[in-house]
Amino acid sequence: MTKPVWDTMQRNPQTSFQDMILALHDFWSAHGCLILQPYDMRMGAGTFHTATTLRALGPEPWNAAFVQPCRRPTDGRYGENPNRLQHYYQYQVILKPSPADIQDLYLESLKVIGIDPLKHDIRFVEDDWESPTLGAWGLGWEVWCDGMEVTQFTYFQQMGGFDCKPVAGELTYGLERLAMYIQGVDNVYDLNFNGQGVSYGEVFLENEKQMSKWNFEVAETDALFDLFNKAEAECQNALNADVPIAAYEQAVEASHIFNLLQARGVISVQERASYMARVRDLARGSCEKYAQTMAPQWQAKYPEWSL
Amino acid sequence: MSDFLLELRCEEIPARMQAGARAELEKLFRREMDAAGVGVDDVTVWSTPRRLALIARGLPDATKAVSEEAKGPPVGAPDQAVDGFCRKNGVSRDDLEVRDVKGRETYFAVKNIPGRATSDLLAEAIPAIIRDFSWPKSMRWGEASLSTESLRWVRPLSGIVALLGDEVVACEVHGVTSGAVTLGHRFHHSGDITIGNADDYAMKLRAGHVIVDHEERQNLIREGAARVASEAGLSLVEDEGLVIENAGLTEWPVPLLGRFDEDFLDVPPEVIQLTARVNQKYFVCESKDGKLANAFICTANIEAEDGGAAIVDGNRKVLAARLSDARFFWELDQKTPLREHAKKLERITFHEKLGSVADKVERVAKLAAWLTSDARAPNGDHNAARQAAELSKSDLVTEMVGEFPELQGLMGGYYAEKEGLPQDVANAIRDHYKPVGQDDEVPTAPITVAVSLADKLDNLFSFFNIDILPTGSKDPFALRRAALGYLRLVQANKLELSLEQAAQAWGGLGQAKLGTRVAEFLSDRLAVQMREEGVRHDYIAASREWHGHTDARTDRIEARARALAEFLKTENGINLLAGYKRAANILKKEDWHGAEGEIARTGEEDPLALVDDPDMKAVIDAKMEERHNREIAYTPEPAEKALIDALDTAEPQAAKAIEAEDFEGAMSALASLRAPIDAFFEDVTVNDPDEDKRAARLDLLARFRAAVHNVADFSKIEG
Repeated sequence: MTKPVWDTMQRNPQTSFQDMILALHDFWSAHGCLILQPYDMRMGAGTFHTATTLRALGPEPWNAAFVQPCRRPTDGRYGENPNRLQHYYQYQVILKPSPADIQDLYLESLKVIGIDPLKHDIRFVEDDWESPTLGAWGLGWEVWCDGMEVTQFTYFQQMGGFDCKPVAGELTYGLERLAMYIQGVDNVYDLNFNGQGVSYGEVFLENEKQMSKWNFEVAETDALFDLFNKAEAECQNALNADVPIAAYEQAVEASHIFNLLQARGVISVQERASYMARVRDLARGSCEKYAQTMAPQWQAKYPEWSL
Repeated sequence: MSDFLLELRCEEIPARMQAGARAELEKLFRREMDAAGVGVDDVTVWSTPRRLALIARGLPDATKAVSEEAKGPPVGAPDQAVDGFCRKNGVSRDDLEVRDVKGRETYFAVKNIPGRATSDLLAEAIPAIIRDFSWPKSMRWGEASLSTESLRWVRPLSGIVALLGDEVVACEVHGVTSGAVTLGHRFHHSGDITIGNADDYAMKLRAGHVIVDHEERQNLIREGAARVASEAGLSLVEDEGLVIENAGLTEWPVPLLGRFDEDFLDVPPEVIQLTARVNQKYFVCESKDGKLANAFICTANIEAEDGGAAIVDGNRKVLAARLSDARFFWELDQKTPLREHAKKLERITFHEKLGSVADKVERVAKLAAWLTSDARAPNGDHNAARQAAELSKSDLVTEMVGEFPELQGLMGGYYAEKEGLPQDVANAIRDHYKPVGQDDEVPTAPITVAVSLADKLDNLFSFFNIDILPTGSKDPFALRRAALGYLRLVQANKLELSLEQAAQAWGGLGQAKLGTRVAEFLSDRLAVQMREEGVRHDYIAASREWHGHTDARTDRIEARARALAEFLKTENGINLLAGYKRAANILKKEDWHGAEGEIARTGEEDPLALVDDPDMKAVIDAKMEERHNREIAYTPEPAEKALIDALDTAEPQAAKAIEAEDFEGAMSALASLRAPIDAFFEDVTVNDPDEDKRAARLDLLARFRAAVHNVADFSKIEG
């Protein structure tokens, strides 16, 4: 009897971008993580996913892994730069509380995708993380593989202005970089996407060209300013109605619109600070409201715990 | 006697914190042992990214028993007093001993404190050390962090080895228990390493691919990097900061040399070196001709199976990507002339009350042109100075300086050269931030000096004008550094520059007072600077006034203070100062003001404020004349006469020398007064019963004091 197809499948992370992702999914799934899907909004980093920000708050254990597409309009290079993209993937793992063997688990995950630590030089180099927008900071490292930063490794200490109790460990892998490294290619568009000859360029090059153009040249700035104001107002509206998750989404939206306005070059240096402060107020306000809303439930389960 | 080993193992400690952590560990260990009365001599402290270790040699096995006694009240004292004494000493009344003290029976409390085992003391000391350990930044982690009271450490603390002799010192800190087991290299060794005692610690770790002694690792890197460079026919560009940092990032350092594409050498060498050092922690090399070579040296933490080929190749790619970025910036920046870049400075705020950087540049340009033309300090082409100043900040908006702010100035200089601007203009743009540090070279090229001075003066004038001054340890706009830069430029170039005139050139005729305020600040900084050279600050204080006002020229203050310092080293100077103090004391005691004093009684705070007032001039001249020519109604004693004659000679000499700013000359004129004033005090009685004689002699002393004051304010000199 022939085996069913799913049983004959093998992961080839060394030659396939998608297999590298699937291998990471397998690994973290086996280590107790929920495998989530990307947040369905435009955002600048995986940290903005509610599975990271909001779940870092409160006493409850939380272990999750997911891919998050990230959009950084100002990093667009019209598909002409071999390393820079305005749209790319992060692989994010959040482990709360941070397990004692988190570094070992992480190094194990590198082996799974084909990085041999006796052949490649893996280093933990101090790099603390801070996001004033989220009222968050943590200590940790950037992990180097032969001098290249492949992961940001952070122990969250505060989120939304609150102490993390307990502390969560966050791992953010730069997927394209890692894949370029593992596959030995110098140009991101040359990555083998599926191990069967479809390249990253075939999937994303046209997207990079068009989106770079739109980000830098086309996007209607009056509409963007309008969207920013509307997101800000809607965030307030949601906060007033005690639905902080909805408010948080609007903060994420405002943050991305701000990034687009930056790419269009229509925000002066002076205005920039004021826009950043507005985004920060929205994000922090939403996190705070979320924590306050959830606090009674958390305290019911963890009587020793307080916000 | 036993040796003690303590190892605190944790996740990777930032390299920059390791030296401080070693010092902290030793300090806290000694504190604990001192408090417990354990003598500690030889302490060794080591660090790696993953552990801090301390070895203390020859600890006693136990502390000595001690007996402490305290004398109490006499027998028969009220119960209250005796009970109080017992309470204070923690003994009961039955324990008190009675002894005879000078014939009186007196209570004594005697406490015998038994010796304690050192291992018990250490078991208490270790948790205290960990609890009190101060890190620049620390964190919580893991399940225990459900409470904010959980242990803080630089990164999660994972193990404690504590051995006194061959025995484990048992203790527990927030769930981490001590033992004899540690771990080796993260990749080269698996499984536990059991340490026997302090003696086999380093050896066993070495077998586990860990070199625990940071200095040994530093040597390996220093020597290894030099070796791989010379094997490639190159010489290493030494960088001790990188040696220490790489030793702090590795437990088993292996320097490896790689090459990058030669084409990148088009980019300025400073950029390449900075990219390699800051972003990648690589050393760079020079070829035999002293030029930067297309090579880098990275320090791996493993002895790779393939000899490091894959590691070098990976690092090469990362560096290539970085250098591509740098070259991209380098080429992109050159597409826009500096003059065009300068326009973008309008959008950058210099300070909310002081406008944009473009506004600042305009002020600096105006001042630089004034310095070279009107003030001739320095003497130079004012058009070139203006041009250099106008372009001096343009590189702030270039991509390269955006990426590497420490290249400000340098990049502007390169871009100016590429644009074909005159070399002295390009040099001025490059060097106008200098001097920055204590050891930084001081510019001497006139155009550079003008732009550098104007830049620093603009900072000083601008912030003083809006009353933002350095206070205590706070100096957010680095005005003290600007002041020191100003002083060193003036000194190195022997400039004679009036800060009052400079302030007027900067902000209009009404700004002379601003110049005075800045001059006062600068002379304070001058005093600090000269104190480091051993010139006393009171000599500066004695030299700060010029014609009754704060001297607006720091060069003159300095010249006068130096002449004064030299003079006061001579025997004449020392004795003259003594004579001055004596005269001043007598005049003070007698409340005698002399001609100077009478002028002071015109009601002005500053006695000479009205000297230049035409209405007052005649009055003052008459007064001076009257004093000077007052007939002495008696025959002066020889020493008195000699002093009068000496003053008649010395006064005009000193005055002439001062006007010519010949302070040595002025001091030697004063020196001629030394013998006459000594003889005067020796032979003449000031407080003569004859009122006329007394008045005349006090006047003579006042005249002597005034003559000295005209050279320097000796009243400011201490001691």
